[in-house]
Amino acid sequence: MQGEKKKKIVKTIKVDVDKCNGCRACEVICSAFHATPKYSSNNPARSRIRVIRDPLRDVYVPVYAGEYTAAECMGRDKYTIDGKEYEECAFCRASCPSRNIFKEPDSGLPLKCDMCEDDPPQEEPLCVQWCLNDALTYEEREEEVEEEEELEEMEIGLESLVDKYGLDKIMDTVARMSVKD
Amino acid sequence: MRYAETGFNLEIDLSRGSIERVETDPRLTELYLGGLGTNTQILWDRVPPETEPFSPDNLLIFSTGLLGGTLAPGANRTIVTTYSPQTLLMGYSMMGGFWAPELKHAGYDKVIFRGKSPNLVYLWINDDKVEIRDASHLQGKGAVETAELIQEELKEPKAQVAAIGLAGENRVYMASIEQGRSSASRLGIGAVMGDKGIKAIAVRGTKDINIARPAEFIEFCNEVLKYIKAREEKPVPGVMPILAGLGSPQEMKLHDEEWHTQNFMWGNSRTRIRDYWNKEIEEKWKETQESVRTRLVSCYNCPMKCGAAISVPGISTYMMKCFSKLTYTMAAYSDLDFGFKIAQRATEYGVDAFSTPQVMAFGLELYEAGILTDQDMAGMPSDNEGRFYWLLDRIVRREGIGDVLANGTHWAAQQIGKGAEEYAHNNIKKHEQLPLKLGMLNPVYFLMYSTGEKINITQIEGQFPQAPFATMEERQDFVKDWVQVPDEKFKQYLLDWEFRGEHSNPYYPTVDMSCEIVDWQETMHYIDDALGMCAGLSSFPLKPPYHIHNYPTLISSGTGIDIDEAGLWQVAKRNRTLLRAVNIRRGMRRADEKPPEDHWKKRFPELEAQLLDAYYEFKGWNNQGIPTKETLHELALDYVSEDFLQRGILTDNEGTPSKETSAETEKK
Repeated sequence: MQGEKKKKIVKTIKVDVDKCNGCRACEVICSAFHATPKYSSNNPARSRIRVIRDPLRDVYVPVYAGEYTAAECMGRDKYTIDGKEYEECAFCRASCPSRNIFKEPDSGLPLKCDMCEDDPPQEEPLCVQWCLNDALTYEEREEEVEEEEELEEMEIGLESLVDKYGLDKIMDTVARMSVKD
Repeated sequence: MRYAETGFNLEIDLSRGSIERVETDPRLTELYLGGLGTNTQILWDRVPPETEPFSPDNLLIFSTGLLGGTLAPGANRTIVTTYSPQTLLMGYSMMGGFWAPELKHAGYDKVIFRGKSPNLVYLWINDDKVEIRDASHLQGKGAVETAELIQEELKEPKAQVAAIGLAGENRVYMASIEQGRSSASRLGIGAVMGDKGIKAIAVRGTKDINIARPAEFIEFCNEVLKYIKAREEKPVPGVMPILAGLGSPQEMKLHDEEWHTQNFMWGNSRTRIRDYWNKEIEEKWKETQESVRTRLVSCYNCPMKCGAAISVPGISTYMMKCFSKLTYTMAAYSDLDFGFKIAQRATEYGVDAFSTPQVMAFGLELYEAGILTDQDMAGMPSDNEGRFYWLLDRIVRREGIGDVLANGTHWAAQQIGKGAEEYAHNNIKKHEQLPLKLGMLNPVYFLMYSTGEKINITQIEGQFPQAPFATMEERQDFVKDWVQVPDEKFKQYLLDWEFRGEHSNPYYPTVDMSCEIVDWQETMHYIDDALGMCAGLSSFPLKPPYHIHNYPTLISSGTGIDIDEAGLWQVAKRNRTLLRAVNIRRGMRRADEKPPEDHWKKRFPELEAQLLDAYYEFKGWNNQGIPTKETLHELALDYVSEDFLQRGILTDNEGTPSKETSAETEKK
């Protein structure tokens, strides 16, 4: 089935690690914006952006919280760029069992960057507004995407079976079951 | 609920190995705000004036400021307070970086050490879990190295570590406490930390800091950031480049050093080289700086980039800031390359970059003058730079002559004798000063040098330009958007200030104007030091974002304590007076309040006496610089006057300051 074309806003935070001076204002303002009531407290441990820092090795990588993952990857990665070794999984955005960032310190629940959704909307995510050194800048662009068909309940169930066993096997099984009847 | 602060201090008794979490009295916050203010109150209250700096009864207090760790940009200072082994007065030194906000997130406003540990330990504060851990394996390790080793050992790279190096362990009077990109260097507080047997304090915190009126607070913080951005795009014209913007002097960013190299003194604060700077040196130094500076770095929640990571090939990386770039270079009559190299070793040892190079240059001067002999200097290499390395190693190890020099120029000169005192010429209250020797007495600076309780000019100056602007046009342009003045009259003072003639130094600004200007400048510093705000965004640079008119909104909305301008001014006055009282009780008097004799070539003893008289009176102190009973009462410091009366420091029938008596004192 072919969906219709639809406009979608893609929000991008551009990270220029060369411009980061490691002040962590992004962490401070992020945690304050997401406090209830807004700005009533701040705490980088609750922030949805973390600066992976190792000042003596000139490592400064602001990373945003992405999806929660229940299981960690089968392996890990470790990058060396321009002679600088970055910590394990440094660039990964997942809230993942393998490490302790992007989790609420009290509950352990995962945190995820929401680009500072607000009413009325913010001009830019707060971390970008508070980064006066322009290590973080913001860009929005429009993209045309296929409109996704909403799946019915049975299709959702079937799709996960297909994911697990493959379509052929499902069809075989359905055929076999219908013969039995 | 307490806002902005946590309401809890950690009390550590090192002799008994006990750790307590103690709730603080919120009334103290209203009286003194926090930071330096409450540190001073604790020192007054709990450490008797007879206490030696290296006594177990001396306290060593690490404090956040009242706004430290909140959203307020630049509120990140750690204020360390104790009795200084060098001046024997109250010593407070401060550092930026990341330590204080982390402590507040761990749930504490201060860490207060008493007693002495029998062996070297470090403190590990991990939210509610606090432990004293063995540090014998860290003995002799560098300060930067120690921080890394502790982070590794705790498997906590996010821990912030304040540590001493070998100098602190050996109780060198210039020992600093190093932390990230910052250090608390002045007045030998690292020596007290070493004396107590504390190698380091590591802290990790994951709790909230709460704000009383969030909507108002955030609006203010956003305005501050907007102002910083605009101010950075518009440097003040007509002043030297390093003072045109915000932050501490931008030594790491800029390479133009004409002003420092030609106006500050070389060697043991001796020689001015007026034609030092030229194109060739400029290019060479620029190349040196750019080849070792890997990145400009900020402190916690501040957009300024006052520090830098310095990586000289072959030696480990360290962080540097401000004028320490030139202190070693100029003390040794060497060049910038040498300065960057030796500063690495000095940072690991943990020594004050202002005092230490002067102490070494002082030692070499004594040697050249024959006061120190070949025997004293046995083993010293013959090359100039090698000598500085050699002296540095001797001092931090307290070996041979190093053991004497490790006490700073004042005490070393006393010990050496044979006329060495003449060579310890750049001290105030026994503490080495910036290497500056000038021509004409500046009345404002005379007062700041004489009476400043930090005994360090950069902790009292700021706000008011250091020199007049040449033309009326420049002056008018400067005062146009000068919103920071507490009163419009300051604009007129500046407009009328000339380089020559009737309205020039030393008689202009007049005595009365000088008092007001100094009072304003130091008041702003006392507010910052209580709030934990960096002077670089407030009391130090010209036209800063924070000032007396907008601070009350920030403090009130952040803490929920309603305070207006007059109230804030009063708190600053209370804190300033109490600090003076601590020092008065330790014996400081008028006779101690003077700049180095050779600071200015042209001195005016009569005018200087007038200035001091007038300033004391303005502050409500008697002619010995002792706060009067009335002043203390007005500031709710009656407990101080009671103590003063008991000790005979004040008498019951103390009148108003008398000028006649003071003239007599001057003659003595």
